[in-house]
Amino acid sequence: NNENDDDHDGFQPVLFVSLCRNTLLEANVAKLGCSLPPARKTGTTICGVVYKDGVVLGADTRATEGMVVADKNCSKIHYISPNIYCCGAGTAADTEMTTQLISSNLELHSLSTNRLPRVATANRMLKQMLFRYQGYIGAALVLGGVDCNGPHLYSIYPHGSTDKLPYVTMGSGSLAAMAVFEDRFKPNMEEEEAKQLVRDAIAAGIFNDLGSGSNIDLCVITKGKVDYLRPHDEANKKGVRTGDYKYKHGTTGVLTKQVTTLQLEVMDESVQTMDTS
Amino acid sequence: SCDFYVSPARRSSGFRATTIMAVEFDGGVVIGADSRTTTGAYIANRVTDKLTPIHDRIFCCRSGSAADTQAIADAVSYQLGFHSIELDEPPLVQTAANLFKQMCYRYREELMAGIIVAGWDKRRGGQVYTVPMGGMLVRQPVSVGGSGSSYIYGFIDSKYKSGMTKEECLRFTADALALAMERDGSSGGVVRLAAITESGLERSVILGNQLPTFFSA
Repeated sequence: NNENDDDHDGFQPVLFVSLCRNTLLEANVAKLGCSLPPARKTGTTICGVVYKDGVVLGADTRATEGMVVADKNCSKIHYISPNIYCCGAGTAADTEMTTQLISSNLELHSLSTNRLPRVATANRMLKQMLFRYQGYIGAALVLGGVDCNGPHLYSIYPHGSTDKLPYVTMGSGSLAAMAVFEDRFKPNMEEEEAKQLVRDAIAAGIFNDLGSGSNIDLCVITKGKVDYLRPHDEANKKGVRTGDYKYKHGTTGVLTKQVTTLQLEVMDESVQTMDTS
Repeated sequence: SCDFYVSPARRSSGFRATTIMAVEFDGGVVIGADSRTTTGAYIANRVTDKLTPIHDRIFCCRSGSAADTQAIADAVSYQLGFHSIELDEPPLVQTAANLFKQMCYRYREELMAGIIVAGWDKRRGGQVYTVPMGGMLVRQPVSVGGSGSSYIYGFIDSKYKSGMTKEECLRFTADALALAMERDGSSGGVVRLAAITESGLERSVILGNQLPTFFSA
């Protein structure tokens, strides 16, 4: 009863056919003293991990408009409540607005119940909203926080399904990040170990996925404390220019100088005052 | 407008191709499922729990779209809980099954959900109701669902006999699911089992390396 995979675009296979040509080109170009242009990147890597005392959320910081980087240092870890934060992948506007809406509603709910909000509540609110919009709100989220029942981590998909897991990754770099998690995740890690793991997972996404870039942000949530580390790791610091293309005055000798004024007549002049009363 | 790029997936929610199963026995039911959720060819969750509690003694096995089945299960849990409080009695499995049917039939064009409802109640004991895509409702002593079910109809038909004990049912379910997971690419991970009886609920997990093995060429 389930459809076959013939019309799915779920996963583009990685083709290595250009590898031989590229290595040859690179070798030839290096002989001339130049280097090939670097690959342009688009996309996101976000992830989260539950450790002994809480959760660690991580994200890269690149926002793209098609093939152009729109923001080199955007913040993808959004505030939901004092004890709950949410990383967002997908359409930037959707993740921003969705998290803000649920944050607002959760604050009202918290005031009404007179209790610190629970991660499960935020999860319910998010999934019910996303399901209502049948996937048209392109927000893929990693929701994490610590409440009265301990640390919790959820992944939420644009169509409204959620998974509650000890470690999750989302975004185009999710496969690279998941590879790191699957290798090194252990339950009940210490904080430093967990931070290093998340940092490495995001780095894997940044450097191996043509989908993410710039810096690594972390958010460590424990009972009663949140460390928003932005940036935690400036993995792609902008380089310093080694050369200068400015020429000093006098580099080119001036032989003659001739000034011709343009004949401009004032045809019409009108002043319109602005009403500043 | 700004855009984060998300790995392309027609159903980025996690489309679930699955194997689910439920068997009645005297005194209760045994339900089982695999644990794989896929987004295209990527396994988004390899330890999914597709056996969802709807009430204390009523579970549902979910196959199809993860988002749709989660939303339906949440809605039916709410409705059944409300109904049970009004009734001041544990609800009937048939009631739960009918709630699923009503939702799945009414929104049949929009939903992609194949659900097996199973549980125990005082009136009729252990019951299994299947609500496949389209919204049909029928009670069956044994029922399978999901993409992996195609591979085990023969096994079920030949190996099922009425009057099995709980342990025999658990063995039967584990064997059937292992066979389906072996053959169906979209099913895999671990086998989750649950036995629901009057006295309560016993959940178990069979990890990949502990699965029953059969002949493989």
